[in-house]
Amino acid sequence: MADCKRRAFVKGAGAALGVTAAVGGGFALYGMKRAWDPLPSVVAAGVTEVETSSMDQGDVGQVEYRGKPVVILKKTDEMPANEERDVVINGERFTVNILICTHLGCIPAWTGEMFKCACHGGEFDSSGVNTFGPPPTPMVVPPFMIEGTKIVLGKEGPEYAKIKAAKA
Amino acid sequence: MAKFEKANSIGEWLDQRLNTKELMRVGVLEYWIPKNINFLWSFGIILATLFGILVVSGIFLLMYYKPDTDLAFYSVNYTIMQEVAYGWVFRNMHAVAASVVFLAIYIHMFTGIYYGSYKSGREMIWLTGTILLIAFSAEGFSGYMLPWGQMSYWAAQVITNLFGAIPVIGPDLVIWIRGNYVVEDATLTRFFALHVLVIPLIIMGVLGAHMYALRIPHVNNQDGEDIDYEAEARKFKSGDKRNSKVMPFWPTFVAEDVFVLGAFLTFFFYLTFFHFGFAMDPINFIPADSMKTPPHIYPEWYFLWSYEVLRGFFFSSDMGLIAFGIANHIFLVFPWLDRDPAIKPMHKRPLMKWWFWSFLLIMIALTVWGKLPPTGINAYIGFVLSVAWLSWVLILLPLLSSIERKS
Ligand code: HEM
Ligand code: FES
Repeated sequence: MADCKRRAFVKGAGAALGVTAAVGGGFALYGMKRAWDPLPSVVAAGVTEVETSSMDQGDVGQVEYRGKPVVILKKTDEMPANEERDVVINGERFTVNILICTHLGCIPAWTGEMFKCACHGGEFDSSGVNTFGPPPTPMVVPPFMIEGTKIVLGKEGPEYAKIKAAKA
Repeated sequence: MAKFEKANSIGEWLDQRLNTKELMRVGVLEYWIPKNINFLWSFGIILATLFGILVVSGIFLLMYYKPDTDLAFYSVNYTIMQEVAYGWVFRNMHAVAASVVFLAIYIHMFTGIYYGSYKSGREMIWLTGTILLIAFSAEGFSGYMLPWGQMSYWAAQVITNLFGAIPVIGPDLVIWIRGNYVVEDATLTRFFALHVLVIPLIIMGVLGAHMYALRIPHVNNQDGEDIDYEAEARKFKSGDKRNSKVMPFWPTFVAEDVFVLGAFLTFFFYLTFFHFGFAMDPINFIPADSMKTPPHIYPEWYFLWSYEVLRGFFFSSDMGLIAFGIANHIFLVFPWLDRDPAIKPMHKRPLMKWWFWSFLLIMIALTVWGKLPPTGINAYIGFVLSVAWLSWVLILLPLLSSIERKS
């Protein structure tokens, strides 16, 4: 009888110890996971504004947005329009893309007619759509909002919502 | 407490307290190694020495290195290379050893494959060995990031991006690993912590397990002969050293190893002082620039074969990534892909002999094409080589070895 009780006690104590250790271990893992998350200052990284009124057709401008290069191209009339991805400001067509290859993250270069990625030979057309090589998807359009002739990266406007919806 | 007699020597004094005589006996004096081996069996000791060189040279680099994106590049390329007395020697040694250690690992692995030293009781040696290869790869990658040059940066960018392909959690995982939306200061500092402490600790632990795993099955020999260790050890201890098939680890085996090690270290120091360029890419002497990819990026030579398997499927990044995942882990299950349990060197295996040499050729060819720009005909050659590599391990290895087992 006493032996039985003793065994029950040992079992209970063992279970309690196990649960405490599991909870403690869980907290420890969670803490370690959180320690590697981006810092608040990084998350709250600001917005980037781009003035487009001074751009001529065929001009490309590159800005930094949350540590990533964003390319803005003012299309010429010869460049094919892309109704799903073009950003139209006062009748002029622009394309806005995060200039990072969707294959493995190199930075493609603008050749005058397309974006070419040196790493594994990927190609994207003037709208940022992948046309050749390993890149599996078009370049990503960053969240933006149009304010007059300015493109504000980091805020979401209706034009961005439209592009996002077209993709989904 | 035990009663201690007065000791007559330092050795005796230590033995009373730490049982050192017994430790030496079990550890090295009666750790039996077969005599029928060749210089390739010295590569374990060579690897252990290279790891020692990496640790010591690394400690000296650590004394001036600054893990901060504003300071890292100059702390390496100016402070260590130009100001610190002999700083350049430590850096060259560290870079060359990091490169040459992979040469030694590949030789060591292919020796194991050639002589069938990975199966029928030796699986744990092989498994811990493969884990060492993965840990060294992680160590090499994290170390490559530290000088914060253009190659450091873009290698980090590309490799961390690979995790983005994991379904569902991929994109968030990439940000978590980097601690930022892009590779940045947080990334550098955490990889620094991994490189100088976490991974070396793991390596030391696994290294201990690797050497311990050798104790029960003992090392293999040139003919795969099954040696009766107790009988041969008795013969050796009774004085018939000549006719015994075994020798003690210390002093005999180590004495032989020292010669091979000496030759290897001559080669190593030649590289360190006169030919270190191969271990330090010129592009990495340009400071990291997140806005500009170098025109052609490629990993260090020892990752080229698996990189080429990744690139080989140029038309589909998913297939490339799957193949790459297989390439980096398949060696773990190698002992089970070989369906023939008999331990025999390749020259006694009529089919596997061809498999072995052609497999080695494929690995070398992948390494060569991994460095070439992936355009035109090279893309197709890369594809053929990648498919060949996969079929050699996944299809031919199990197939040919089971045919051999049955015949
Ligand atoms: C990177 C650090 C490594 C070190 C320091 C190391 C060390 C050693 C040592 C000291 C030995 C015994 C002597 C010898 O046979 O050479 C050994 C044997 C062995 N190692 Fe490693 N090793 C390493 C990596 C690897 C890797 C990557 C593999 C394979 C995936 C591997 C597979 C083996 C095998 C199969 C043996 C047994 C050889 C036999 O029985 O003949 N090792 N290792
Ligand atoms: S990263 Fe651009 S093609 Fe691979």
